[in-house]
Amino acid sequence: MSISFDKALGIHEKALNFRTQRAEVLANNIANADTPHYKARDLDFSAALSSAEKASQSFSMSHTQSNHFDLASVELVNPALRFRTPTHPSLDQNTVDADLEQAQYAKNSVDFQASFTFLNDKFKGLMNALRGE
Amino acid sequence: MSLGNVFNIAGSAMSAQSTRLNTVSSNMANAETVSSSVDKTYRARHPVFATMLNQSGGSNSLFAGDDQAGVGVQVLGIVEDNSELQARYEPGHPAADENGYVYYPNVNVVEEMADMISASRSFQTNADIMSTAKGMLQKVLTIGQ
Repeated sequence: MSISFDKALGIHEKALNFRTQRAEVLANNIANADTPHYKARDLDFSAALSSAEKASQSFSMSHTQSNHFDLASVELVNPALRFRTPTHPSLDQNTVDADLEQAQYAKNSVDFQASFTFLNDKFKGLMNALRGE
Repeated sequence: MSLGNVFNIAGSAMSAQSTRLNTVSSNMANAETVSSSVDKTYRARHPVFATMLNQSGGSNSLFAGDDQAGVGVQVLGIVEDNSELQARYEPGHPAADENGYVYYPNVNVVEEMADMISASRSFQTNADIMSTAKGMLQKVLTIGQ
């Protein structure tokens, strides 16, 4: 009997990955806080979750011609990546609210710590099982 | 690990903001630099920021790649402000032209000060983002310990 890491770690590994991606998106918003016409974006957790669920039971189309392409390629690559609804208009069409982004970034960092703790506990449990103490 | 990208993104923003701070200091330093002709007078300079997009065409999607969020900010260039210069009648000035006018730069000192504070705050925020990302990354390294 072998240990399946996928089953043992569960959702926490993917959650940690999501937090990392979200940190990137939010950092990009903050970096572009002074860029004209930039539209703030964010990752939607529930959309990411449902797309991950869908991906686990997906099927693909068969290619009978060289110019056939996957249906997936006409959909958004990352369905969770959405544009943020601006809270107030700005003259340069930028929709970044620096305070909001900073708050979200801090929250994301805490969520990351939480996911990390869960994942770490899973590893600790595996180690305990291996030691058999 | 895409947390490494956060460093690049925040780094690009810090670099862009310091360019902005540079133009502000240049404008402030030259706010009183007079000249006897319109062409030779210093004009206020401003950086143009633009989103850096991921250029790698790795995916076959009709839309942008997996990292659609972009990879930071870049300074497209520095533009000169072409608003009108201030012509002042100062016949006693050594740089005055034949009609007794000297030309002052179109630097708005109040605007520049506000720009300076904004640039410094944005720089600070991005430095904080970087240090938070560093904490997250260091945490990941302790996994299983």
